[in-house]
Amino acid sequence: MSRIRISVLTALFLCVFSQPLFSATNEFLSVQVKQAQLRSTPYFLGSVKAVLAYGDKVELIEDRGTWKLVAIRKIKGWMHISALTTRRIVLQAGKVDVKTGATSSELALAGKGFNATVEAEFKRKNQDIDYTKVDKMEALAIKPAQIQTFLKQGQVDLPKVNVP
Amino acid sequence: MTRELLVLSLLLPAVLFFSSCQSMLTSTVKATNHAEKAGAISASTAESIKKSTSAVSRSIEEFTPEQEYYIGRSVAAVILTKYPSYPNRPANEYLNLLGQTLAKVSDMPEIFNGYRFLVLNSNEINAFATPGGHIFITMGLLRCCRNEDAVAAILAHEIGHIQLKHGMQAIKKARVTDALTTITTESVRVLAPNEVSNFTETFGGVITDITTMIHSGYSRSFEYAADDAAQTILRRVGYDPNGLVAMLMVMGKNLKPGEGGGFAKTHPAPQERIDEVLRRTGGKYAQVKTPKARQARFMKAVGKI
Repeated sequence: MSRIRISVLTALFLCVFSQPLFSATNEFLSVQVKQAQLRSTPYFLGSVKAVLAYGDKVELIEDRGTWKLVAIRKIKGWMHISALTTRRIVLQAGKVDVKTGATSSELALAGKGFNATVEAEFKRKNQDIDYTKVDKMEALAIKPAQIQTFLKQGQVDLPKVNVP
Repeated sequence: MTRELLVLSLLLPAVLFFSSCQSMLTSTVKATNHAEKAGAISASTAESIKKSTSAVSRSIEEFTPEQEYYIGRSVAAVILTKYPSYPNRPANEYLNLLGQTLAKVSDMPEIFNGYRFLVLNSNEINAFATPGGHIFITMGLLRCCRNEDAVAAILAHEIGHIQLKHGMQAIKKARVTDALTTITTESVRVLAPNEVSNFTETFGGVITDITTMIHSGYSRSFEYAADDAAQTILRRVGYDPNGLVAMLMVMGKNLKPGEGGGFAKTHPAPQERIDEVLRRTGGKYAQVKTPKARQARFMKAVGKI
């Protein structure tokens, strides 16, 4: 009888203690960058299986340090942890779930806060500040094939999985 | 049995308390919403409770990469208003190839709109990074580099500042709280024009905080931390970590006492940084060994700048 009581209490204790463990590892993650690649291997030059957009929700399948194996729309692939967040990202304001009082650690409102509207207003108030060169700077695109050639020619390489 | 139940009754609330500190914030906001709906408190009281609840502990970590990007764009625009760019495509393409390669092995390879690099047409010896991933290097600083490994060290140092959020840490605490409270509590709806105007004031303050820090210089501890991050990045991709010391040695010679601002004003003296880098790595400086093809492309792109 005593053993049963101990077992029941142990089970209860584990149930309570396991709560933060499960809640710390969310099953779903959101893409927090403008565009992210789902790769066939945990490597930045691995082939791209899908291109994901800001706010896309992915299911966590496997955790390998800084790389996560995730799934979206039945496609599995690898993403770096820095492209993902445990926060839910809501792309439009006014949705029902936005009004539930979720905190900023749980929810991020895309396009809110410091955004293009605020930048435009700041620009209007500070007409001496020139953004055209910033736009030009951002327009310079480097292709993955160029990086591959650059690495080979310079006799350097990217580690297959980021060193922790 | 009674004793076991007593233990459990004590443990249960304790565990629930420690495991749900975060959700407590949510619960408070939810409870406030319910109280407001039930008419127990007024709308203004509810708003006040929500604001004070969310203002308890605001940190720069709460800014999303998207917000860091917009902050970074304006900081970059301020820098490019002060410094002319060096519009040489091969040089800038080379810098982007090198910098984007290095960024991929940093601890923060993915940022909202990626990393971008640009040469500034200035003899001043300096480099800047914005929280949005814009990195600038002056021609004066490029002239302190004798090889690609040295340029890599500078870019990796600037990536280190971004990865460690040094620019964001320049934002005054009151401004962080102010901005985040507006973003997270009030942004369930689109801001009205007058609110946009008020919020732009906060935004302007953030840009001023960061640009002031960039021009006056980070603390020594931030500079050394960025040097540490640079050494890690260089090793991960296979560049000679001696590149940083080699560049600092040339900089020490090029910097003339009392001349021009730049690194002399914003960074610890080159010799101090060399000593610190060698002390931290426990290593001795050895001349940089760079393959011929790497040296050739460096010379072609920026070696004669």
